[in-house]
Amino acid sequence: MKAILDKLEAKRAEARLGGGQGRIDAQHGRGKLTARERIELLMDENSFEEFDMFVEHRCTDFGMGETRIPGDGIVTGWGTVNGRTVYVFAKDFTVFGGSLSETHARKITKIQDMAIQNRAPVIGLFDAGGARIQEGVAALGGYGEVFLRNVLASGVIPQISVIMGPCAGGDVYSPAMTDFIFMVRDTSYMFVTGPDVVKTVTNETVTAEELGGASVHAVKSSVADGAYDNDVEALLQMRRLVDFLPSCNTDPVPVLPSRDSIDRMEPSLDTLVPDNPNLPYDMKELIHKVVDEGDFFEIQPSFAKNIVTGLARMEGKTVGIVANQPMVLAGVLDSDASRKAARFVRFCDCFNIPLLTFVDVPGFLPGTAQEYGGLIKHGAKLLFAYAEATVPKITVITRKAYGGAYDVMSSKHIRADVNYAWPTAEIAVMGAKGAVEIIYRSELGDSAKISKRVADYEERFANPFVAAERGYIDEVILPHGTRRRLCRALDMLRRKKQERPWKKHDNIPL
Amino acid sequence: MFKKILIANRGEIACRVIKTARRMGIATVAVYSDADRDALHVEMADEAVHIGAAAASESYLKMDKILAACAETGAEAVHPGYGFLSENAAFAKALAKAGIAFIGPNVKAIEVMGDKIESKKFANKAKVNTVPGYLGVIESAEEAVNIADDIGYPVMIKASAGGGGKGMRIAHNAEDVRDGYSRAKSEAASSFGDDRVFIEKFITEPRHIEIQLLADKHGTALYLNERECSIQRRNQKVIEEAPSSFIDPKTRKAMGEQAVALAKAVDYESAGTVEFIVDKDKNFYFLEMNTRLQVEHPVTELITGIDLVEQMIRVAAGEKLKLAQKDVKLDGWAIESRVYAEDPYRKFLPSTGRLVRYRPPEEETGKRGTVRNDTGVYEGGEISIYYDPMIAKLITHAKDRKAATALMADALDAFYVDGIRHNVPFLSALMGHPRWHSGDITTAFIAEEFPDGLHSHEPDPATLETLAAVAIAIDHLENSRRRHITGQMSELPFAFARDRVVAIGEARIGASVSDEGGGVQIAFAGKSGKATKPRLLVSSWVPGNPVWHGTIDGREVYVQVRPILNGFDLSHRGAEVKAYVYTRREAELEALMPVKVPADTSKLLLCPMPGLVASIAVEVGQEVQAGQQLCIVEAMKMENVLRAERDGTVAKINAAPGDSLAVDAVIMEFE
Repeated sequence: MKAILDKLEAKRAEARLGGGQGRIDAQHGRGKLTARERIELLMDENSFEEFDMFVEHRCTDFGMGETRIPGDGIVTGWGTVNGRTVYVFAKDFTVFGGSLSETHARKITKIQDMAIQNRAPVIGLFDAGGARIQEGVAALGGYGEVFLRNVLASGVIPQISVIMGPCAGGDVYSPAMTDFIFMVRDTSYMFVTGPDVVKTVTNETVTAEELGGASVHAVKSSVADGAYDNDVEALLQMRRLVDFLPSCNTDPVPVLPSRDSIDRMEPSLDTLVPDNPNLPYDMKELIHKVVDEGDFFEIQPSFAKNIVTGLARMEGKTVGIVANQPMVLAGVLDSDASRKAARFVRFCDCFNIPLLTFVDVPGFLPGTAQEYGGLIKHGAKLLFAYAEATVPKITVITRKAYGGAYDVMSSKHIRADVNYAWPTAEIAVMGAKGAVEIIYRSELGDSAKISKRVADYEERFANPFVAAERGYIDEVILPHGTRRRLCRALDMLRRKKQERPWKKHDNIPL
Repeated sequence: MFKKILIANRGEIACRVIKTARRMGIATVAVYSDADRDALHVEMADEAVHIGAAAASESYLKMDKILAACAETGAEAVHPGYGFLSENAAFAKALAKAGIAFIGPNVKAIEVMGDKIESKKFANKAKVNTVPGYLGVIESAEEAVNIADDIGYPVMIKASAGGGGKGMRIAHNAEDVRDGYSRAKSEAASSFGDDRVFIEKFITEPRHIEIQLLADKHGTALYLNERECSIQRRNQKVIEEAPSSFIDPKTRKAMGEQAVALAKAVDYESAGTVEFIVDKDKNFYFLEMNTRLQVEHPVTELITGIDLVEQMIRVAAGEKLKLAQKDVKLDGWAIESRVYAEDPYRKFLPSTGRLVRYRPPEEETGKRGTVRNDTGVYEGGEISIYYDPMIAKLITHAKDRKAATALMADALDAFYVDGIRHNVPFLSALMGHPRWHSGDITTAFIAEEFPDGLHSHEPDPATLETLAAVAIAIDHLENSRRRHITGQMSELPFAFARDRVVAIGEARIGASVSDEGGGVQIAFAGKSGKATKPRLLVSSWVPGNPVWHGTIDGREVYVQVRPILNGFDLSHRGAEVKAYVYTRREAELEALMPVKVPADTSKLLLCPMPGLVASIAVEVGQEVQAGQQLCIVEAMKMENVLRAERDGTVAKINAAPGDSLAVDAVIMEFE
């Protein structure tokens, strides 16, 4: 008996070595950790249970019959993050470069099926060379199976992808369909076709980093939701992220006990909005001062900074935050900002995460670049996302809420539950000067008259009370008590139930 | 007594005066400029009158506006604070004419002491020591030697037209004088085209020590002991203390009596200060007299128990001083640190803007002594570009200098400011400096010890251990809390490993952590790897608190905590470090991570957004310092100020006001 048990241990030890010590050292030499080391960091100590450790590929073409390595380039299994179940698969770059074979894909789909059935998040760690070319169409079939499950799981369980090495070709589409993609700076890249093919087809010369590094996807393309300096930083942050997420779409959000009082007053918020309406201020200060312990997990912090999105907690319970950022482009809504926020709103709605929206928006960004780029439909995405969301929605207008952007930013009219405004709020079709220039076009030559008109318009509309008179604003609140107001409103809405007309699914303007 | 007074000042001193007036049952009137609409002194006063635009010349220096404010509110007296109109004889006269009392000395005293030459004459007449010297033209080397012999060595030979050390010679004997005279003369001629030189006593190892005076209109004048203000940066006082560690009772009495004699010579009334320069042999010489309340008056208040503002008000109202010289106490030790909005790491560049967080230490009197914070700002307030960038004056008082220093060091550790740069790390470094501890200070202290400001302060081993211990305690608390997150697989909270490795800079500090002894127990790994005697940390800190306050083995400790990605930014004793707490395994894997060289931050200023260039604040060839304003780009009608990220010289400017720029357009290039 003992000998048999020892044999198991020996077999496990062999499998754990993956592609061998040489490849492990090479992986470390590139500043990367191995698949199993990554899982160790992600999971609670000793909680990871590996599945399919002994799976090997079945390909015999091109000499593959002679090279079989247990695990077949991927490590899969489950474990816990702060005691909560999480499924994981991690590409093992030391084994066939982590390339995807039919059996490798099967290992992933097994985990995905379990996660969907048992309702817990799946985290994929990517570091691989794409399809195993020796297998041909069998590998492509494998991809398809993975893609299908990504789609089936979408909106049911959270899916997170962390790109920690190469991720190219067929490999990119699985992460692309998950809820979040994070990248590691300098050691990861993602693209559909690599620099070599780009050179042949378009004659462009680019490096892998320029084509698909974190500096591209977390900043310009918005493919990635965040980037970290190294594997350790990224994986520890994934643990932090998991703490915010419910395990599935029928679970409530997790509660992290907090001793931050709901009655915490922040007198300094009374001076956050500058006297001069043309001066910016940092909306993140409001977020940090209102949420539990100032803890805010920002999503897409480097892309479309004119809108801020991220996760935080109120009274220990997760909330999603969307906020215009006056520090960047005056907080205007453009195509990028609309897309970024729309996707985030839909994520929160999938997983019962209430939405807090802080509004200071001067309107939509004018210009040919925006219109040619389809601002109408991108803006509509955000409008659509807010309107269809049935989670509790609370809105605070801090300053400007102008024009169509007012409607879009979780207004009463699209079924926000509680709409607050600070006394500094200005809810109007447009700024006073612009409005006067249209209404009193004939008086434009007379600057004295015009400035009088502007003052009149400001007096009438540059405040929250016109909207409050109509019930578009439920209450005008003092900035320093915003946290208390929000906590109470969230409590009041805890059992919110809202039905939408039956439909197969909606048709959001993609 | 007055029923209502007006305070013709702003900031902390206005608040300070209002506090005393309120305690005395006197109504207060504040005045404010456009920039101070929401200032604390306006909030605190019973009434407030707007007196003009932000620039001091348009508001706080406008006598007619202040007189009008008095008339409007019926204020019977004006306290001028310090600075602004406090030593302006014309203002005192104008008030007298309007029948309003000036809470300060009489006009004559202000006039005499405001004049450098007049004040020296009065000082000589009153037999007050002045720096010996010969102001006439010296014709020959021999004459110079005679004069020097009279003055006593060492002497300084200075160019009459000079400045900046040119044409300046120090002579320790007659030989030096002969040599120095001709050299100074020729240097003066070549540098200034004027070869006249004069001789003055050279003060070795000078200290700045001043006597606080208090006098009434009835002939009583007292000295309230001395203050030492030798810790100065470019003639700006940084740390003040009372008493001086250098002065013995005999010298104190001699200085005090001379100061009183000078006060009597000008019929002084109210509070005033006679400044002396003191050499290493305790010879003291009159510098000047300040006919107002000094910034550093609180240290005197704490050691004497006398409220100077109250006494000034009473004297102005014609009351007799109820004190005699023998009643003046000298109780314990007081230290004042001036907390300024200036960056000690960047040549003390002023920093203005919003006080996103402002949490000074609590003002209290406990068994360790008194912590007092005189301030004129509040969290969410603004440090404006228009006035002195002082945030607060932090004052501690304890039984002796050592205890007052320890209390100050702790109070500085707890002084939490975010949003602007400030000099708290510098003040902490001063409180930890061996020369401060020994009292071996002169007015050259900062120039000698911190010639180019503060460099990032590496923590000493004891501080490092404190920081590591606090980091572990915080991490432990957060871990313990995560064990109670809902939705866990098992009903039982999962277990954590107890071994920890703290990464601070290059250092890796091993320790094990446990909940024992009513707190968090941390045993650091010793040199041989064996655990050392565990330390016990007790604190009521909870996540979100800006300052960790607790005890380590019974010793009180304050550490500022700012969360960063996977770790904490900790500040303590002038050191600011990033601390990461890992499990043993995490630390092993973290050790495999490559060290990232910060990307070569390009020498370009890029336009961060599409916008219109509103103005450009620099020119080609100009040297700029990090944080300095470079230009303003207007986007969506918002003015965005672009600032230099680091020190450099402007090589090229590619944009002009009115230009419309795209994102990432190069606005300027640096060398």
